[in-house]
Amino acid sequence: MKGLNIRQTEYEAVIGLEVHAGLAVNTKMYCGCKTEFGAEPNTQCCPVCTGMPGALPVLNRKAVEYAIKAGLATNCSIIRYSRQDRKHYFYPDLPKGYQASQHNLPLCTGGFLEIEVNMSAKKVGIRGIHIEEDAGKLIHDESGKYSLVDYNRSGVPLIEIVTAPDLGSSEEVRAFILKLKTILEYTGVCDCKMQEGSLRVDINLSVRRRGESTFGNRTEIKNLNSVRAIVRAVEYEAKRQAEELEKGRSVRQETRRWDDARGVSYPMREKKGADDYRFFPDPDLCPIVIDDAWLNEIKSSLPELPDEKKKRFVLEYKLPAYDADFITGSKQLSDYFEEAAKRCRNHRAVCNWLMGDISKKLNESNIEVSDIPVSPENLAKLVELTDSGIISWKIAKQVFVVMWDTNRDPAEIIEEKGLRVINDTEEIRKVIIQVLEENPKAVEDIRNGKEKTIGFLIGQVMRKTGGKASPGIVNRLIFEELERLFHE
Amino acid sequence: MELTRLTVSETLKKIKGKEIGIAELVSAYLDQIENLNKTIGAYITVCREDCEKRAEDIQNKLDTGENLPLAGIPAALADNIVTRGVLTTCASKMLHNFIPPYDSTVSEKLRNSGAVLLGKLNMDEFSAGNSNENSYYGPVKNPWDFERVPGGSNGGAAAAVAANMACFAVGSDACGSLRQPASFCGVVGLKPTYGLVSRYGLIAFASSFEQIGPITRSVEDAAVVLNAIAGHDPKDSVSAKSRHPDYTVFLNNDIKGIRMGLPKEYIGTGIQADVRQRLFEALKVFESMGAVVEEVSFPMTEYAVSAYYILSSVEAASNLGRYDGIRYGYRAEHYPDAGDLYKKTRSEGFGFGVKRTIMLGTYFTGRDCYDSFYKKALKARRLVTEDFEKAFDKVDIIVCPTVPVTAFRAGEKADDPIGMHMSYVYTVAANIAGFCAISVPNGTDSKGLPTGLQLIGKPFDEGTLLKAAHAFEKNTRFDKPFDVIC
Repeated sequence: MKGLNIRQTEYEAVIGLEVHAGLAVNTKMYCGCKTEFGAEPNTQCCPVCTGMPGALPVLNRKAVEYAIKAGLATNCSIIRYSRQDRKHYFYPDLPKGYQASQHNLPLCTGGFLEIEVNMSAKKVGIRGIHIEEDAGKLIHDESGKYSLVDYNRSGVPLIEIVTAPDLGSSEEVRAFILKLKTILEYTGVCDCKMQEGSLRVDINLSVRRRGESTFGNRTEIKNLNSVRAIVRAVEYEAKRQAEELEKGRSVRQETRRWDDARGVSYPMREKKGADDYRFFPDPDLCPIVIDDAWLNEIKSSLPELPDEKKKRFVLEYKLPAYDADFITGSKQLSDYFEEAAKRCRNHRAVCNWLMGDISKKLNESNIEVSDIPVSPENLAKLVELTDSGIISWKIAKQVFVVMWDTNRDPAEIIEEKGLRVINDTEEIRKVIIQVLEENPKAVEDIRNGKEKTIGFLIGQVMRKTGGKASPGIVNRLIFEELERLFHE
Repeated sequence: MELTRLTVSETLKKIKGKEIGIAELVSAYLDQIENLNKTIGAYITVCREDCEKRAEDIQNKLDTGENLPLAGIPAALADNIVTRGVLTTCASKMLHNFIPPYDSTVSEKLRNSGAVLLGKLNMDEFSAGNSNENSYYGPVKNPWDFERVPGGSNGGAAAAVAANMACFAVGSDACGSLRQPASFCGVVGLKPTYGLVSRYGLIAFASSFEQIGPITRSVEDAAVVLNAIAGHDPKDSVSAKSRHPDYTVFLNNDIKGIRMGLPKEYIGTGIQADVRQRLFEALKVFESMGAVVEEVSFPMTEYAVSAYYILSSVEAASNLGRYDGIRYGYRAEHYPDAGDLYKKTRSEGFGFGVKRTIMLGTYFTGRDCYDSFYKKALKARRLVTEDFEKAFDKVDIIVCPTVPVTAFRAGEKADDPIGMHMSYVYTVAANIAGFCAISVPNGTDSKGLPTGLQLIGKPFDEGTLLKAAHAFEKNTRFDKPFDVIC
C-alpha cells in the first residue's frame, strides 16, 4: 500500500496483543500424551484428547506451574482460586466441541512488562494470563475433495497472555514481543520456536485521531507466527484503517487474516452468532487452588530475569547498558557470556566478541546460540591471549576463524601457526627500514606534513610481519626511523 | 431352583459351594434373556459368546483357588458405560456403530472382580428421558405390566434385574435415573455420593449430577456391588480420594436411635394416595425398630427441578458437542462442506429428546440468558443443598417416597415434559447436593404396581444408608425379589 504513512498523519494506532505460547512441558494439558513437535500424524493422542465418549480430563499440574511462572515473571498477581471454563464452537480440529480455557477467573491478572523504544521506557499492561488447550490441525487435500485431521496437537498446553491496549506502533509491538520471548525463554516456560507455532500472536488494532481518548472500531488479525509478519501486519493494518477514516469511511469491526506473501490483511469469513462461546465452568475439572506453599515453591524456582540480569551485568562486569541489554536479551547468550567471563579478566572483550564476530557468524550460518562451535572456555583463552599481548587483536580474529571451524584451543593454534607477537626490536626495525625504502613517496608526503600517511606505513609493516609485530613497538620505532631519515 | 431368581449373595454362596457351575448359571440367564428380551427390550447388545467364554475362565480361576468378590456373577451394564470391544451406543443412532477401544473404570473393576458381562442395557438416548421411551432401539417395557413404562433413563437396567435377566445391573443416576426405575420395577437402586464411583468411561450427560450405581434385588447386593465399583480413580478429577469401608459390615439390622427426617414438602399435593399410605406404613416399621422419625423442611424444594432442568441441559448440550461425525459414530451421507456435515449428522443422529435438551442448554448459556438462567440455577442449587445440610444437622437419614406415583402408561406423558419431570421431584435433590440415596421396594399400590421408599444419606455415609435400607428390607415382607408376571 502506498501513500499515507501513519507516522506523519494525525492518526495514532492503539494496539493490544493476545499471545498464545505453547508450554515447554512433555505431556498434554489433560492426558499423558506426548507434546513432541513433528511426530507422525495421530500418533500422540488417546481417548481424552480425541474427545472419545466418556473420557475425562485430568489437569497437568506442571502446566499450571509454568503459567504461574509466566505470571510472576510479568509482574502479575496470581489468583489463588481459579476455574477452567468450556469455550464452545464447532470445528473439525476441536474434538470435544469445546476448548477447555479460562474465561472468568484466569490464573494471573494485572501485570506489566517494561519495554524500551527509541531510548524511552514504557510500561505495557498485562491484563491476564490463562491456561488453555490447543486444537488439532486440519490438513486440506490439494484437490479440495477432503480434509484430514491430525490430533497430535489437540490438548497441547498453552497459555494466552492478553495485554492492555497500551502499544502504539510496530516498534513497540516488536519490542514487546522480543521482551516477552526473552522472559518466556528465561523462565523455561516456552521454547518460543515461532516457526513451529509455539508462539502465536493475535493483534487487536484500532486507530484514532491523536489526542482522542475514545477508541475506534478495532479489527483482530489472527494467528501470526513471526516477528516480521507481526510488524508488517501492524504497519499495514494501521495504515489501512487510517486511510479508511481519511476517506470518510468507518472501520468495520471484524476478524482478519494476514497474507504474508501478498503483505495484506483480509477479512475472515464471518459466521453469524459464531462469537457466542457460551462459556461455563467445566464440571469435569476441579477449581485450581494455589496455596502459599505451592506458590512459594514456584517463586523460588524462578531464575534471574532479564531486567535483573542486565543490572547485574552493568555492575558486576562493567558492561555499558546497551551491551548488557544485548547480551541479556537471550538467556543462552547471557549464559555463554558468564561462562566465558568467569574465566578471563577482560569482560568487555568477551562482550565485544559476542556482539561482533560471533553474532555475525550466527546470522550468516543461521544457527542458535546453543550451537556456537567455540566453547566459552576457548573464547576466554583467546581474550586472555590478546589481553596479555601474546597475540594482536588482528591475529586474534584470524585465530577465531580457525576456532569457529575446529573449536581448538587458541594457544595451540597460535603455536602451530607461529602467530605469536614479535617483540624483537631489531627484527621489527629491519622490516621498518625496508618499508621506508620501498615507499619513498609516502616518506616524502610525511615530510611535507601529511602525517596520516604514517598509518599506511604501519599497515605495510604489519603486512610484512603477518600482523605479528607488536603494534606498540612498531609505533615507537617507525617514528624513530622517520626522525632519523629526516635528519640525515 | 430357579437360578436367575437368586440374589448376588445367594448366587455367590452357591458358586463357591460348588452347588452350581458358572457356565450353567450364565446359560440360565442367557435363556431368560432369549425368552424375554423381545418383549421387554431391556438389552441392546447381548454378549452371548463372550460371556460363555468368560464363564469358563472365571470357573478355572475359581477352581484354582483364586478369590474374586463377584466370581461368575452375570451382570449387565447400561449402554452409556463404555466397554472395551463391546458395542456402546448410549441408545442412540449417533453411536450405533461405536465399539470403544478403551474401558470405563467401572467396567474394568467389575471385570477384575470376576463378574460376567451379559450385555449392554437399553436406556433413554444419552440419558435424556425418564420413561425409557426415547431409545433408538425402541422402548423398554415394565415387567410388571407391559403397557407401562419401566421408568428412566435406566429402564433397561431395572427391567432386566426385575425380570431376572441379570443378577445385577450398573447404570448411572443424574436425577433419579436408577432410583425411579428401581421404584417402578420393584428392585433396589442406589445412587452413591458424588465422587465415590469413578465416572471415567461414563458417557457424560449431566456431569456434575450423575453417579454410577447398582440396581439389585436386595440391599445386601447393593453393598456388595458398591464394594466392587467404589474407590478413587486418578482418571476422574472429581473422584474422592478417601478410602471406602466394606459396606457389608454395616448390614447388622441395628438402627436403634437412628434419627430419620420426613420432609413435609414431599407429602403434600401431587402424591398418589396409596404411595403416601405405603410411606406411612414404612415409617411405622422404622419406629418399631427403634428409629426416631421427625419432620424436616425443605423450603427450596420447588426450585430443585427447575435448577436441575437448566443446569443439566447446559452440561448435556456441551457434553453432546463431540458427536459430530468426524471421528466415530454416525456420519450423514451427503454434505457439501464441514458445516453441513455437522448439521446433517446431528439432525439425523440425535433423537427428539436429545435435541430438545441441546437446544435448551444452548439457550440457557447464551449471552443473554447466562445471568438470568444459568447463574440463578446455580444459586438455587446452592440453596437446595443448604436445605439438606440443615436437615442433616438434626437427622441421620431423610426418608420419603422415591417417586410420588407408580409406573405410568407408555405414551401417557409423551406430550407433557413438565409432568414427566415431576416424576423425579423427590429424587433430584440428592443429585443436586451430591448426597447418597437408595430406593428400596415398599409394597404395591392398589393396581399391584410396585412403589419404592427412598432414603437419602449424608455424603459418603453409604454405611448408615445401607444399614437403614437393609434393616427395613429385613423387617418387611418385601425381603425377597418380587415375583414378576413373567
